[in-house]
Amino acid sequence: MQLTTGFANPPVDAARAFRVVLDAMAHPARIVDLPPIEAPAPCSPAAAIVLLTLVDATTPLHLAGAHDNDAIRDWVRFHLGAPLVAPQDAAFALGDWDALGPLASYPQASADYPDRSATLIVECAALSSDGVPLTGPGVQTEASLALPDIAALQANAAQFPRGLDFLFTSGAQLAALPRSTQIGGA
Amino acid sequence: MTDYNFAYLDEATKRMLRRAILKAVAIPGYQVPFSSREMPMPYGWGTGGVQVTAACLVPEDTLKVIDQGADDTTNAVSIRKFFARVAGVATTEATAQASVIQTRHRIPETPLTEGQILVFQVPIPEPLRFLEPRETETRTMHALEDYGLMQVRLYEDIAKHGEIARAYAYPVRVEGRYIMDPSPIPKFDNPKLDNSPALQLFGAGRECRIYALPPYTHVKSLDFEDYPFTASKAAGQVCAICGAEDSYLDEVITDDAGGRMFVCSDTDYCATRVAAQAEDAA
Ligand SMILES: [Zn+2]
Repeated sequence: MQLTTGFANPPVDAARAFRVVLDAMAHPARIVDLPPIEAPAPCSPAAAIVLLTLVDATTPLHLAGAHDNDAIRDWVRFHLGAPLVAPQDAAFALGDWDALGPLASYPQASADYPDRSATLIVECAALSSDGVPLTGPGVQTEASLALPDIAALQANAAQFPRGLDFLFTSGAQLAALPRSTQIGGA
Repeated sequence: MTDYNFAYLDEATKRMLRRAILKAVAIPGYQVPFSSREMPMPYGWGTGGVQVTAACLVPEDTLKVIDQGADDTTNAVSIRKFFARVAGVATTEATAQASVIQTRHRIPETPLTEGQILVFQVPIPEPLRFLEPRETETRTMHALEDYGLMQVRLYEDIAKHGEIARAYAYPVRVEGRYIMDPSPIPKFDNPKLDNSPALQLFGAGRECRIYALPPYTHVKSLDFEDYPFTASKAAGQVCAICGAEDSYLDEVITDDAGGRMFVCSDTDYCATRVAAQAEDAA
């Protein structure tokens, strides 16, 4: 069994990684850079860093499609200890957009506790600012990001304050789309 | 290395806090519950703010800590020293130099900028608590956006006092959705919450709540069409030290005979203005 490395200096590496993710979440559509790290294929370095920073034994994780392989399962077991679960029980999910499946299969949270919804880490071939216009908290005037399925994400945002939050990852890059972002300038 | 983990808290605790902070940012104005930890200081010293700061700091940060606007109170000095020791961060009193600012009861006068994080210490995070003591009830009111009782109570204030009689912790509406307690800042500071380029995080230690205002978030102080919100302070007063007309002033007793004067509550703002005046005069 070949286990790729985690953080070299966990407290400081996780702190720096969190600030980058926080910057992304506070500025929807902003494409940010994370440091390179060895990750089990096909997991991107950015997704691996998000997992190492936020996921542990208390946060059930769903691995979707090609990401549900032996190498990633072993890495999760060794570095995170997160229980691997079906979509409806997930606090976090990792996979390509198509493999992640219908958004309705993930916990959307209740109006009483809207924070108890899943965060989806969506692996992308590339991140691009050439996309639909986005507005809302964190966006000064207008931002834009190429999105995999505009209608599904608009429906998610329409549930606010309920709904899922998204971290799009590609290589060592990441961009966030919280549920609070209005999609398509509507 | 020291005896402490980086930023004092263990990694599992910081992950929990970081997840709560991200959800708070995704749902502006909503109070995310978290499991508060014991900190090496009493609750009145802002343990909620301290935990949020600990979850956010990186070694490259420059930290400023203020207590009612002042950098030099016992509380501010001890929190600043704590993080210098456990996180190895640089510290400053200059608002413009700080990347993270932890505050009790003020927003600095110097406008905040993109990339800065302002962490508020919050004693009572629930703005509806004075109307309804039961947590299950206030939670339902937020869920249903049922804020009629709040409107009625504020209107009663106007009927009785001719204005909304709240000088501190004046409630706000975030992006037209959640009613939020901005912590006991003077209402003079409320306009600074709106559309700020900085990220604003709120931590309540005893009540175990974290909430957030992302940058460029619409924050409106509650008011009525016929009684619009005013942020005004005592009219006509200027700072006795720097002459500022635009800053929030504290009244201080100057001698045993009851002499008094008004000075800037924001000590960095006041000192910066005095230094600039000295330079102009030279
Ligand atoms: Zn002054």
